[in-house]
Amino acid sequence: MIRDFGIVWEERGLLAQGLANTVLLSIVGALIAAALGALLAPVLAARLPLLRKAAQAAVDALRCVPFLLFAYLVYYGLPSLGVSLDNWSSGLAALGLYHAAYMAEILRGAWAALPREPIEAGHAFGLYGWRHFRRLVLPLLLLAAGPVLGNQVIQIIKDSAFLTIIALPELTHAASSIQSRRYVPFAAFLSAVLLYWALCLIVEAGVARVGRLAEARR
Amino acid sequence: MSWLDVLAILRGAVTTLTLSCLGILIGLPLGLGLAVIRWARLPGLAQVVAVYVSLLRATPLVTLLLLLFFALPELGLPLGPVPAAILALVMNTAAFNCEVWRAALMNFPREQYEAAQAVGMPALTRFRRIVLPQIARASLPGLFNEMSLLIKVTPVLAVVGVVDITRAAVRIGAESFEPLPPFLLAVAVYAPIVFAFVALQRAVERRHARREAAA
Repeated sequence: MIRDFGIVWEERGLLAQGLANTVLLSIVGALIAAALGALLAPVLAARLPLLRKAAQAAVDALRCVPFLLFAYLVYYGLPSLGVSLDNWSSGLAALGLYHAAYMAEILRGAWAALPREPIEAGHAFGLYGWRHFRRLVLPLLLLAAGPVLGNQVIQIIKDSAFLTIIALPELTHAASSIQSRRYVPFAAFLSAVLLYWALCLIVEAGVARVGRLAEARR
Repeated sequence: MSWLDVLAILRGAVTTLTLSCLGILIGLPLGLGLAVIRWARLPGLAQVVAVYVSLLRATPLVTLLLLLFFALPELGLPLGPVPAAILALVMNTAAFNCEVWRAALMNFPREQYEAAQAVGMPALTRFRRIVLPQIARASLPGLFNEMSLLIKVTPVLAVVGVVDITRAAVRIGAESFEPLPPFLLAVAVYAPIVFAFVALQRAVERRHARREAAA
């Protein structure tokens, strides 16, 4: 068994490459999801009932679709509609679009739960528009939504593993290829699992830091 | 896509649902057991459970499934795709259920437990008659949420060769060179099942809110 981990160590370059790709996928995926979610969140709170209901229905529907099927639809389905993406773009598109629905819902919830007083105080001091949003609303929003956003990022990291099925060379894919070439399944996949664990612990530590910051600013 | 293909996907749905139900039925009490171990602070064991939960919550189901499917035979325990799938689902969902149960246990009013102790109720009866009914009610929304998440990750089981909805759809797509219709049908089968659990969760939450407003 020790020898098996030695073989995985010999293949550490491949594993590190997979880890780097998983991190890259998760960060870019999370950024796309956050940007789309931020655009979608105000629509979920729109005054026009028809618009609001349509957006809510779309978000609810997407949240009922398994991510893996969504990734298959993007990768194998879009070409039949004339849109051909390579595995990296379709993987990122799938991660970003799918999690945008969750991000929008998180941001809308945090927005609805914001205390009104500091926001109105900002208006009273003559802060309006973009400056008001950037200096007052955004920090409050991010501090309040921090833990839930962190959970979503962990979910994105875990969902990125599904992209191994469209042959993206991420961490699980690297472990699979080590196991198929060197026949060390236990050592290869356990190493991958431990690396995923480390990633999630890092995100959790970051979230705890944001939480302490929010506590200190209260 | 012919009627035979639709039938194949529906047959896959039966497999998906059976495996999900098995995962839920085994994972639910197992999660409770793990939560009780942590709640009772059993020395040594509680720490092991804490590490298990943290590790499993961070592990993607695909990776866990591949680990079990390829590594267990190496350790002298050959598993077919279906048992490996069930084991992976149970290991995964038990960790998440443990956290839901544990949150309810932490919020359980200690005085009630001590009152039952004071009237001489044995430990097991105390747990079964006083603690369990109340924490079950409190955990219900979280548990339903976890069930909907479990069903949403089941397409992964196709990776090791379980013939579920997803594998049926992949096969039909590959044979007909038209992957879009079978995948859309697969989504159409999945979405109502997941939605049913989401609706259940929301209904229970609303009922709780009404009760609390009345109390």
